[in-house]
Amino acid sequence: MFDFSQVTTWFHDLLTLTCGLGDFWAILIECVLVGAAVLGAYSVIAMILIFMERKVCAYFQCRIGPVRVGPWGLLQVVADVLKMLIKEIFFVDKADKLLYIVAPFLVIFGSVGAFCFLPWNRGAQILDFNVGVFLLTAISSIGVVGIFLAGWSSNNKYSVVSAMRSAVQMISYEMSLCLCLITAVILTGTMQVSGIVEAQSGPWGWLIVQGHVPALIAFVVFLIAGNAEANRGPFDMAEAESELTAGHHTEYSGMGFGFFYLAEFLNLFIIAGIAATVFLGGWAPIQIGVEAFDEVMQYIPGIVWFMGKAFLLVWLLMWIKWTFPRLRIDQILKLEWKYLMPMALVNLVLMTVIVALGLYIK
Amino acid sequence: MENNKSYFGELGRGIKTLATGMKVTIGEYFKDYWTNKSTEQYPENRKTTLHVAKRHRGRLVFKRNEDGAYRCTACTLCEKACPNGTIKITAHMAEDPETGKKKKVLDDYQYDLGDCMFCQLCTNACNFDAIGFTNDFENATFDRDALVLHLDKEVYQGGSLPNIQDGGAEWQVGKFNTKKK
Repeated sequence: MFDFSQVTTWFHDLLTLTCGLGDFWAILIECVLVGAAVLGAYSVIAMILIFMERKVCAYFQCRIGPVRVGPWGLLQVVADVLKMLIKEIFFVDKADKLLYIVAPFLVIFGSVGAFCFLPWNRGAQILDFNVGVFLLTAISSIGVVGIFLAGWSSNNKYSVVSAMRSAVQMISYEMSLCLCLITAVILTGTMQVSGIVEAQSGPWGWLIVQGHVPALIAFVVFLIAGNAEANRGPFDMAEAESELTAGHHTEYSGMGFGFFYLAEFLNLFIIAGIAATVFLGGWAPIQIGVEAFDEVMQYIPGIVWFMGKAFLLVWLLMWIKWTFPRLRIDQILKLEWKYLMPMALVNLVLMTVIVALGLYIK
Repeated sequence: MENNKSYFGELGRGIKTLATGMKVTIGEYFKDYWTNKSTEQYPENRKTTLHVAKRHRGRLVFKRNEDGAYRCTACTLCEKACPNGTIKITAHMAEDPETGKKKKVLDDYQYDLGDCMFCQLCTNACNFDAIGFTNDFENATFDRDALVLHLDKEVYQGGSLPNIQDGGAEWQVGKFNTKKK
């Protein structure tokens, strides 16, 4: 399997040995390049997701989706982005201007931060700490602050109510989200994202196979909680486009709104990506223990595996979103505190017992 | 209703109903992937598969006899029935040269489509079956004045679309088409 760290090592050597740059300049250049790559990938994936959402939802609901702009409606997203970019950004009277401006950036920051943890290929992780999973949940929680600030600084009581609703929902679901990740950490014995993927690369190595019942429960709970965490699907109380006129970002226009929109779509991808990483083996290909088959699967690059799994899960989440009606806030909280969290806790104990007794598939 | 369900009973029922919902949508997703959409591609299909119900109220027209004469007697019942003041009738009294009876003669039947709210009260008020709604709905203009119509002056032959007064094409669920005009 292609190891991306060859490229990064070569590039680092190019800068330090061939060009004779010091550590500071070499790392600065690398950081800028990686940052640009991350933001590029972020926006490209956002565009793919927005288009995919429209088409998938149209097909689930017997419609056609965009067809006018460009072939098969492919340029629709470009048109939308252009429209959003040229819109005027204005302020509400007596709004807290600083917080009003900062809020969308906090949301985007949390989203991009979590995005950087995704393992694209072997050796192509951007952030790879030994406490990766831990830090990932910490960074992704910054988005809640952004959403709450957005609602509060808008000087609009409906936005505040909606922001509170959204914050309550996101903070609640963060619990079971993290419990599910911890379940996976118990099984793999590492918090490092690359370590978790590496632990799944053997034959029948995906965590969902290795950990059988508890891993499957954790996977499902993770998807549900993640869907709620991304403020999507049946849990989009914070943003019901027509009925509640888009909750916490009612007062935002132009790219201010665009950032919330972007972050929402990317959170969807991040949830799917993390689920694919932790439970479906990230860039690790399917290995069934048969030499020839495994050999062939090894030739498919890791990024294809990763993107394939992530987009499969994205599609699954879209399926859920466009099937189920929206929940009330009390139903959302009931689902989390009465069902998902106890289930995740029991599941955690179950996983611990299974790992302690060695009952998982090695 | 659900209060008598137990904790686990509710869980099981929830999963079952959710699974049913997902089964339905996945069926729609794959069964009709290429055809049978409920949306139509309107400007393209306006002369082919467009269907507009006969009873759809597009605009007001004069119903005419076989010889093309209108039946309006300028009684102004429709004008009085109209809540919006959409209809303005001007008429004068004239003596019939044969019988010598005085009779109202219609000078102008002005109908402002821009003010009309398509409530059909005028048609219901008419005792002579002189006016009616047609389903010809393509009434857009660039000029508001162009919406002021004089129904007695025009001889309505049907709109720009074929067979629109009969409802257009047969009504079919989900046969959108992309044929050019």
